[in-house]
Amino acid sequence: MAKLTIPAEERMYPGHAACPGCGPALAMRLLLKGLGPRTVVSIPACCWTVIATPYPTTALGVAVLDNPIEATGASISGLRAAADALGWNDVQVVGFAGDGGTADIGLQSLSGMLERRTDALYVMYDNEAYMNTGVQRSGATPWGAWTTTTPVAGALRGKMESKKDVMAIVLAHRPAYAATLNPSFPEDFERKVARARGISGPRFFHIYAACPPGWKFDSSETIALGRLATDTGVFPLYEVEAGRYRITRKGGALKPVAEYFEAQGRFRHLTPEEIGRAQEEVRANWERLSRLETAV
Amino acid sequence: MTMQVMSGNYAQSYAAKLARVQVVSAYPITPQTSIVEKLADFAASGELPAQFVKVESEHSALQVCVSAAALGARTYTATSSQGLLLMHELLHWASGMRAPIVMGVVNRAVAPPWNIGADHTDTMSQRDTGWIQFYAESNQEVLDTVLEAYRLAEEPDVRLPVMVCEDAFYLSHTVEPVDVPAAGVVDGFLPPRAPLATLSPGTVARLGSFTGPDHYVEFRHHVAEAMERVPAVFADVESEYRRAVGRDHGGAVPLYRTDDADAVLVTMGTMTTTARGVVDELRALGRKVGLAKLRRFRPFPEEELRALPASAARIGVVDRSYTFGRAGPAATEVAAALYAAPHRPDLTAFYAGIGGRDVTPSEVRSMYAALLSGVAPIPQWVDLAPSEVTVDG
Repeated sequence: MAKLTIPAEERMYPGHAACPGCGPALAMRLLLKGLGPRTVVSIPACCWTVIATPYPTTALGVAVLDNPIEATGASISGLRAAADALGWNDVQVVGFAGDGGTADIGLQSLSGMLERRTDALYVMYDNEAYMNTGVQRSGATPWGAWTTTTPVAGALRGKMESKKDVMAIVLAHRPAYAATLNPSFPEDFERKVARARGISGPRFFHIYAACPPGWKFDSSETIALGRLATDTGVFPLYEVEAGRYRITRKGGALKPVAEYFEAQGRFRHLTPEEIGRAQEEVRANWERLSRLETAV
Repeated sequence: MTMQVMSGNYAQSYAAKLARVQVVSAYPITPQTSIVEKLADFAASGELPAQFVKVESEHSALQVCVSAAALGARTYTATSSQGLLLMHELLHWASGMRAPIVMGVVNRAVAPPWNIGADHTDTMSQRDTGWIQFYAESNQEVLDTVLEAYRLAEEPDVRLPVMVCEDAFYLSHTVEPVDVPAAGVVDGFLPPRAPLATLSPGTVARLGSFTGPDHYVEFRHHVAEAMERVPAVFADVESEYRRAVGRDHGGAVPLYRTDDADAVLVTMGTMTTTARGVVDELRALGRKVGLAKLRRFRPFPEEELRALPASAARIGVVDRSYTFGRAGPAATEVAAALYAAPHRPDLTAFYAGIGGRDVTPSEVRSMYAALLSGVAPIPQWVDLAPSEVTVDG
């Protein structure tokens, strides 16, 4: 077994306000381990607004700025501009936004930040719905998922539209570096954090962030579910640097997506035929990624 | 000092350069655009060593300034009309975070229908966002007020953002001679920003945060107290500016020939110049008329208005905007300010200059005539031609 390469330092404190088994909490913890003490994190309205704990306490051992939900891209552009103006060359500027704040309402300022080549890391932690407001669908909610605004009733089978491919949108801006990360694979996670830290220019992370109450699974299963997400191909791990794709976990044959779907209450209503449709989407996406990896 | 002929927009740009702003962020909107075009030139030529962040919306422009100010940078942005409306959410963030941003606003009408003329609806719609607001009458006043605004915004007792407003086209695109103070003089008046509480990389801190009712009330109250300190601090700032530069603009409510006046008009922005000429003309005819300019609208200069002479039994307030379902914002504020005055005057509200319509001397004469006759209907829409526009075809 390979030696673990997870940095020992902790910049997230015990006593945070996340739910048990919270994927976004793991994502933040692992991210901050690798970024160093001179990190400034801009956080929009999202679960992490609350997880970081209310005034006058904070669960994060770095400087944190709150920003409105749609403005994370602009906020990190402002932080970088100020750091440059003040001559601070060693600051890591990070935006840490949810999927709603990124894929939906924040897409414009994300696009702006990428286009103007802000030297910062934008993180979308993806729990696939508006969880902090009570599990409403977002553009990043996958097809077939139950949410409070995509009920299962009559002809409605949960969300009837496919998940928005935010990575593809980001990659259309030719970022310096973009990667998908999953806290269930911490070595891969930390390697990507270290890589991103060593690159200047606009960088983007899409982090898988399982949500036990929103997805309806037991909070003890977060890591196992995350492993299934990648090993079924639902959430492939890859990175793109200077236009070159690299799949960073290839575990042989992909497991059937049914194993992933059946582990969560939000997909419980789906029929085998419907899961078959999802399986086909996953297969096509995996083939697309494999082609992109070998294309250059 | 050097006299230069420049537009109100360039007066904003030159003032921002003299203030040595460190981060500029803006998005184009007519008629604001030439402010930031000039700043882009200054930044590109190295005359102004600032970071210029070109953004994809006004919302992002103000977010860039809020975040940059959070790290301690001196920031500037400018906008108009729809752009200011889009910023609305961030206006609250700026004041709540005590970010001493200075923003030039070229007052322009709000759609629909599209109209780019002078109108105060844009900034009046933002009067409750915790920003200090000044309205300029001349390009000189624009430049001087921007410099004063940085001192005021960054004073430890204040730490609030400031809008310096100028009327579209009457100032933004009209050139006048402007005395530009020497950089060294401005440096003496306005030292580099010395932030009190900002985010510092390497420290454990959170700016913004969230609270329940246990702390939220106190956060709001701190902003309220800071606003209440503005009149006294601004008086000091203006006297220091006068000492440094040799000029001021008469405080929050400059008065003109109000001693012994029977009737006083309260105006804002460029229409004040027109009204001042009419006052001279009517005074020459023996009419006891005067003028009060609302230079500062937030915090509202209540004490200064109560200082109007007791003889002024009739006051007219001219608004360049209208609050539907109520009245003109300035008229409402003046009425509230004078409610507790020892000699409560009669008030008449006039609505003039809306959407860039010219406010002529003859209209101002008719306002004074209405006040002096004591039979002015309340309110009065000046120069209104209701038959020309219909909604039902």
